[in-house]
Amino acid sequence: MRPVAILGVGMTKFGRSDLTLAGLMSEASVAALRDAKLGNRSVDAVVVANMGAARVNRQTAIASALVDRLNLFPAAAETVENGPASGASAVKVGVQAIAAGMADVVLVTGVERMRAVNNLEATDFVASLSHPEAEYVYGVTLPSLAGMFARLYMSRYGLTRRHLALVSIKNHNNAMRNPYAHIHQAITMEGILDAPEARVNNPPIAEPLHLYDCCPVSDGAASLVLASLDVAQQLNRPAVTIAGIGQATDTHAVQERSDPTELSAVRLAADQAFERAGLGPKEIDVAELHDAFTILEIAESEAAGFFPRGEGHLALEQGVTSLGGTLPINPSGGLKGRGHPVGATGVAQMVELTWQLRGEAGTRQVPDARNGFACNFGGFGNNVVATVLRSERRENA
Amino acid sequence: MASSDALEALLRPPAMDMPPYPPKAITLASGETMVVRQVARDEIPTLLKAISPLLQVERDFYDIVSARLYGELLAYKRYRVRDEYCLAGLIDGELAGIVNGRLVDAKVGMSYHTLTLRRGLRVGSHLFAAKMEYHIDILGQEEVLIVAESPIGFRRWMIEYPLDKKHEIQHELGGVPSWVLTVETYQKAKPRLCAGSRPVPAELLEAARIIRAPEEQKLTERVTGQDEAADHNNQGGAG
Repeated sequence: MRPVAILGVGMTKFGRSDLTLAGLMSEASVAALRDAKLGNRSVDAVVVANMGAARVNRQTAIASALVDRLNLFPAAAETVENGPASGASAVKVGVQAIAAGMADVVLVTGVERMRAVNNLEATDFVASLSHPEAEYVYGVTLPSLAGMFARLYMSRYGLTRRHLALVSIKNHNNAMRNPYAHIHQAITMEGILDAPEARVNNPPIAEPLHLYDCCPVSDGAASLVLASLDVAQQLNRPAVTIAGIGQATDTHAVQERSDPTELSAVRLAADQAFERAGLGPKEIDVAELHDAFTILEIAESEAAGFFPRGEGHLALEQGVTSLGGTLPINPSGGLKGRGHPVGATGVAQMVELTWQLRGEAGTRQVPDARNGFACNFGGFGNNVVATVLRSERRENA
Repeated sequence: MASSDALEALLRPPAMDMPPYPPKAITLASGETMVVRQVARDEIPTLLKAISPLLQVERDFYDIVSARLYGELLAYKRYRVRDEYCLAGLIDGELAGIVNGRLVDAKVGMSYHTLTLRRGLRVGSHLFAAKMEYHIDILGQEEVLIVAESPIGFRRWMIEYPLDKKHEIQHELGGVPSWVLTVETYQKAKPRLCAGSRPVPAELLEAARIIRAPEEQKLTERVTGQDEAADHNNQGGAG
């Protein structure tokens, strides 16, 4: 299998955009292609990650649209839909194409334009990933699933709303350092939990989750240019490689799991990714986890193997996962602060890790980051893609 | 022929005595404190200056809300609306939001507008609640007539409180028929939605004594989403 490098990265600012779906894809893709400095090399294939364009934007076959928009003919093109894990799934498809020798250079772009509809419709569109007979018909939404999950997790492991608020405050603060982040607003424990006014500032969404426990609904796009490592070396590009990808699934309906608090797909996907990379959790310097809800950052940090089960909140409390800690999690702001255009998120996680591993992350740079880990969490943990990225910088290069 | 003073007296609506709104302090999610207080007529020019840049901002109906509020505040300043009042939210003296309304009669109030200049901190929600508090708790009214001119307003008032329909009444803002906040609805919503403490510490009151309009570029960035602190009330949908 040929090693695969990330040659270029780019993204739009996440938030509410006036751009069309094609406009968002183009802006991120052009930024990544410029960053890749491909010269005369052409793009062999384009993979677009997206969850809801057919429903929300009334547009299908959007990978073909991107090829046309950027005049990338005759590149192969396909769209990958895998719920909120679409982004990392699309990267996996690109990696497989290069590893199999079917392409040398692949553009992977994740995009979502969710703000084309109102908040209620956006919530409903995302809820369509739940089990149609066992969950959706009963009015289950992602916040409600996360609320039930959080309640169980908290009762079992002693987490409190204060721990959830710590995730939110950390990720809001990190997002303040990220010019591409959706939310640029520092928050305090007093304002969202301790003051009497917190009941208005931070109202319940799905108890015990409150407003500041939930990611925003965002528009945005993110792109990677992937190439075989030999192409990267020919182009003399600073190489970050995709050292390992893992993917695993779990039951569609959360209630069918023997232990609903166990994110087994995260554990299995992470194990695969680490094994393929020849690395372990202890060798990871920076991680981007799928904190669509604050509880998920804590639970995923345990399931991926960074902390023992039930102890992720203790590491958080001790500042281990903050910028400046030994394992910064979500320096980008995560889904909570950077935003969550669902199809773009998995790609954006890798954009951030690439910046971190190249030493280009500005004021949120994790010092000497060499290995990064991303967890893109689809469904409610029923389809998870984990990725390990490695910097190929030599110490004295 | 009437003197100009006498003519002016004919043009001015009669006024009811209205007890003033007692200022209160609200801790925001950012940890900052917003002082909510009544705005005097001679302070209206500062508010008009703050609103002016928003007259061209289409996003989230800022243009129409700003234009209407501008006219209402100008009419208040020039004594052309009966029994109007205005409250402002101030963070370190800087204007964060404005609400206004008026009394239809001693028992019925009419909400006019809520304009948020500092977005993403539920400033509008706090100020609207303060306005309802003024009508029901301070002025002792029985109900407040309300309409929304933006989807955000509709979510915040009609859905969150929730308000009752009173469609047989035509609200003065025209457009859609009126909705109503009753004493009963207010009392139910108050623990969830109305916050703040009194008395306001002297140093905070002093900081809020002179109203400062936000710097124009910063204001425009805040309301158009270029500086998107603005947006995290729109969350909770994705997985």
